[in-house]
Amino acid sequence: MLRFLIRRILFGILVLWIVTLGVFLLFFATSDDPAARFAGKSATPATLALVRHRLGLDDPLPVQYWHFLTRLLRGDLGYSFATQSPVTDMIKQALPASLSLILGAAVLWLAAGIVAGVISATRARTLLDRGITLAVLLGISMPAFIVGLTLSYVFAVKLQIFPQTQYVPIQNNPLQWFEHMVLPWITLALLQSAIYTRLTRGSLLDVLGEDYIRTARAKGLPERRVIYRHGLRSALTPVVTQAGVDIGVLIGGTLVTESVFGLQGIGQLTVQSLTIGDLPVIMGVVLIAAFFVVLGNLVVDVVYSFLDPRVRLS
Amino acid sequence: MSLLEVRDLKVSFDTSDGLVQAVRGVSFTVERGKTLGIVGESGSGKSVSTQTLLGLTAGALIDGEALFEGQDLLAMTDEQLRRVRGKEIAMIFQDPLSSLHPLYKVGKQIAEMIRQHEPDVNKAQARKRAIELLGMVGIPEPGQRVDDYPHQFSGGMRQRAMIAMSLALNPKLIVADEPTTALDATVQAQILDLMLRLQREFDTALIMITHDLGVIADLADDVLVMYGGKPVEHADRRSLYYRPHHPYTKGLLESIPGSTGAKTRLKPIGGQPPSLINLPTGCAFHPRCEYVMDRCVTEEPLLAAVGDKDGFPDLGHTSACWLPKEAAGLDAEAENLRQEAVALGRSADSPAATVVDAGEAQ
Repeated sequence: MLRFLIRRILFGILVLWIVTLGVFLLFFATSDDPAARFAGKSATPATLALVRHRLGLDDPLPVQYWHFLTRLLRGDLGYSFATQSPVTDMIKQALPASLSLILGAAVLWLAAGIVAGVISATRARTLLDRGITLAVLLGISMPAFIVGLTLSYVFAVKLQIFPQTQYVPIQNNPLQWFEHMVLPWITLALLQSAIYTRLTRGSLLDVLGEDYIRTARAKGLPERRVIYRHGLRSALTPVVTQAGVDIGVLIGGTLVTESVFGLQGIGQLTVQSLTIGDLPVIMGVVLIAAFFVVLGNLVVDVVYSFLDPRVRLS
Repeated sequence: MSLLEVRDLKVSFDTSDGLVQAVRGVSFTVERGKTLGIVGESGSGKSVSTQTLLGLTAGALIDGEALFEGQDLLAMTDEQLRRVRGKEIAMIFQDPLSSLHPLYKVGKQIAEMIRQHEPDVNKAQARKRAIELLGMVGIPEPGQRVDDYPHQFSGGMRQRAMIAMSLALNPKLIVADEPTTALDATVQAQILDLMLRLQREFDTALIMITHDLGVIADLADDVLVMYGGKPVEHADRRSLYYRPHHPYTKGLLESIPGSTGAKTRLKPIGGQPPSLINLPTGCAFHPRCEYVMDRCVTEEPLLAAVGDKDGFPDLGHTSACWLPKEAAGLDAEAENLRQEAVALGRSADSPAATVVDAGEAQ
């Protein structure tokens, strides 16, 4: 088990290292002279040279990469071209909103998706199953901003059940944090739970056709136990895998939901930095997104080995 | 009263390709402590007929009666049937790896069944019984192996574990559906020995389903041969092995390695099993039968007594074939009788002749 874990962590580190290399090269591949952007439009050639030297841009590439990497390991991602503030701080500020949004939504979409998926699978080809399928199709094909804006209009503006927009840090006021997050959670979860309903339905239907389900029935177990203890237990493995990967990916990419509800998360930060070409911030968000994808996969691997004894030994 | 009496069981499935007639009228009885062998190719309806008894064929259209100790299994509610499963009638399946849950420990899977039917048994007691059962079926160091997962067992050990599970509640009937097909030949023999020994020890009745007549040669009291969803021959073991009447039974016997002496080559039955959606006219076996006669193509033969017992027809040996009832056996005399019947039963421009031509052209 420990060896398995170590192997997985080393693999994750390798992936992250490749990402740093890619990000670093991207920095140089872009045509703009970073020093010119940093120094401002009216800089003299002398200032420019000084800035270039200060930033270490006159060193050979491998040396620069080495500096970049060592700074990165100390948690130093450089300074934003636009605001001159440390990129690390900007990410630290944006991260809680993103994490709150995605982790909260994940609880919702997993619960809803699995329940709907089980209902759909155990009543396959009935009216209820077809109804759920229809709802799922609607959920998948509905753009997030429509769902978000509709929810926001109905529940925040008209009915005023939930407050409008803005992120309230959980440590400031947990209740307000919760109230502010409900609509974003539902928006994101609505789309995701549609996917998870299909995933659970398909997975459970496959498992229910397995020989060991027939054995469970032949043992005289009640149908409820056959479906939940024997069927769902196996059917959840691909669902958990997907969830880990999705959560990792979404942390760097829930732009629409963040914008609709005015959450200053990683997604918003990415778009802002991309529009103004703020390279250090772009590098920062790419790295942090990659980090969470790798982390998500690592968690999946560990959870998987608990779910499936066959993985533990191999 | 017989332990199990199945009367005219019919099972079909409504699929998008058409109605699949998996079982087209099967009757048999199983006496307490006795063994019935059901033999046939894949698609002969042998597995479906037994799984239907326990309600394990979802979506099937079922007709007929299956009296277990006088109670009709086919008329039971789900809850009544659930109480029979595992407790009164246990099942052993073909592939022991896919039949055990891969994510639960072997011992736990046995204990789960014990506790389901005997709620008073606590976890520790159930585990203790699982260990005893595993030891009984020959798992070494059962105290440790009880906590293994199925993938840590070899194929033979997995089937032993399935047998242990089937015996856990001392059922009156065990249905073993090709229990040795997925195993190595040497392991097969061990498992069959084990089943025979335990069956005697527990005095359990057994239905042994197989495609291999060799498997039940030592085991079965009675043998039912099925083809295309119907029984074609039904006899006690001796009669069936020494005086087979139906050409299909004869074909099965001749395709057992070593059955007809070392010098003769194995004689496979040519052709494919029939489509259960589009069955042949007349006798379902006629397109593959070397003794096909004109009436076989148009008229379906019914089970009729073919043996003699003290001068009376032996109702214990029945066959569904138009060959004369004297034409039973593997000897030259029986073969002559068959050839004579065929010579009489085939006209020059008959449908049977076309069938034979098509068979030879293949």
